[in-house]
Amino acid sequence: MKQGIYKVIENKALTATTYRMRLSGDISGISAPGQFINIQLDGHFLRRPISICDAHLESSDAGTAQGVITIIYKVLGQGTEEMTRYPIGRELDVLVGLGNGYDLSEAGEAPLLIGGGVGIPPLYLTAKALLKAGIKPTVILGFNSEDEVYYTDEFTSLGCEVITATADGSVGIKGFVTDAFRASEGTYTHFYTCGPLPMLKAVYEEVYENSGIPGQMSFEERMGCGFGACMGCSIKVKNGYKRVCKDGPVFRTEEIVW
Amino acid sequence: MVDTKVELCGITLDNPVIPASGTFGYGYEFAELYDINCLGSFSFKGTTLEARFGNDTPRIAECPSGMLNAVGLQNPGVDDVIKEELPKLSRVFSKPVMANVSGFSADEYSEVIKRLENSSCSDMIGWYEVNVSCPNVHGGGMSFGTDPESAASVVRAARWVSDKPIIIKLSPNVSDITEIAKACETEGADGISLINTMLGMRIDLKSSKPLLANTTGGLSGPAVLPVALRMVYQVYETVDIPVVGMGGVSSAEDVIEMMMAGATAVEVGAANLVDPYASKKIVEKLPAVMEKYGIERLPDIIGAAHR
Repeated sequence: MKQGIYKVIENKALTATTYRMRLSGDISGISAPGQFINIQLDGHFLRRPISICDAHLESSDAGTAQGVITIIYKVLGQGTEEMTRYPIGRELDVLVGLGNGYDLSEAGEAPLLIGGGVGIPPLYLTAKALLKAGIKPTVILGFNSEDEVYYTDEFTSLGCEVITATADGSVGIKGFVTDAFRASEGTYTHFYTCGPLPMLKAVYEEVYENSGIPGQMSFEERMGCGFGACMGCSIKVKNGYKRVCKDGPVFRTEEIVW
Repeated sequence: MVDTKVELCGITLDNPVIPASGTFGYGYEFAELYDINCLGSFSFKGTTLEARFGNDTPRIAECPSGMLNAVGLQNPGVDDVIKEELPKLSRVFSKPVMANVSGFSADEYSEVIKRLENSSCSDMIGWYEVNVSCPNVHGGGMSFGTDPESAASVVRAARWVSDKPIIIKLSPNVSDITEIAKACETEGADGISLINTMLGMRIDLKSSKPLLANTTGGLSGPAVLPVALRMVYQVYETVDIPVVGMGGVSSAEDVIEMMMAGATAVEVGAANLVDPYASKKIVEKLPAVMEKYGIERLPDIIGAAHR
């Protein structure tokens, strides 16, 4: 984890309620895809935890840590609503590289990435890292309807096979990500997922329990600090309890208790 | 050159800054971020006899200038603290630590302290900070800290099992805090720390339900600073034992203000959750703020607002 001042270099709407922000600063705190950052907003006591969608160095020079972090956030309350009005050049106090992130060493040769709604962003950096390691993931992205669809083209541009599902059938397969999984013909070695809790539970049942594919699931919880100090986001796991912010947000299917 | 040293119940602190219980874990995770030996001390996570998972989530809600928490004393239990947590702390912290203990009966408080005292970690502990905000299972679930006799019964139980300084951490959710502080002093408490969080709640407009799974939670953060100052001021006037002040302290200026109200040492709580380096930054800024106000020695300003 690194604390620093980051400059907004992009802040634009992808859909009516989903925005992409790019921040310039030190990215050396990031150690794995699936981690998050925690942003201090003016006039709000607690920071806002948002997953890292992408991160890259500004130059390939050895020793530099200066880079760009991409986040995608959904307007959910007053804080994120105010964020949409942050102009280019605005400086923000940010904690970078929080949480454990996904372990890519278990991907195998045919991993599956399953993202739903605002849970999609961390899978982008995951896909990039897998491709860099010579592994081509299949990506299933779920949305409610066409007007909420974002980033399907970006995943395709990376070189992933992308299957889109919408609940109302306006784009791709009609139904949920689990319907798309059933319709896909691939054989998968491992899965990585992030999305709303009901989706995670459905994915757990369909992909892990019914199909026997182990995976890693990223959870969301209301947080206090975001770095393990307050015990505000603890959840029960098979061997006791873990903090979503520090021991997670990624948990293995084998340890999850519903 | 200003002097930031203070003495708390016979133990000298390099400075009065003490991260508050529940905002600093058992210390070693913050030691990954900075050398925590720069602190005066810190108060470790409230420890009970048995392991506790705590309350359901959501446990946290934001408020204007503060937050509510209803963690519910999640901790691994005293035996695990002795076996796992304190050995990890001993590798990164060489000063006396404040051991924050909780219980649901007077016997439980004394048992937790007894086990810590009889453990190999006993030497690490400088003071016991006894949290009397928990509900008393033998007293109809009412908090020990809301009744002078109940609070005194906890002091008695703790006093019996340790010779170390016993600091009683009081709840602000009472009509007259001085009465409770006085009862604790009479029973032999060595110090009073205050304030614990103030009871509050928030409601989710979309669901029309309380935001916290526990319905209510404890308010902390800058919002409670004036209340904490007032209570520290009142308790300082009432008792002769040292007062440890806390509640919304977020800056070196707040530390000075709390000491002027009557605090010998000052705990920093919610600020650590917003900025993991908050306590370190306060320690570093303290000398400059002392110079600005012409303060050479911190003990000189304890209770200055009363004179």
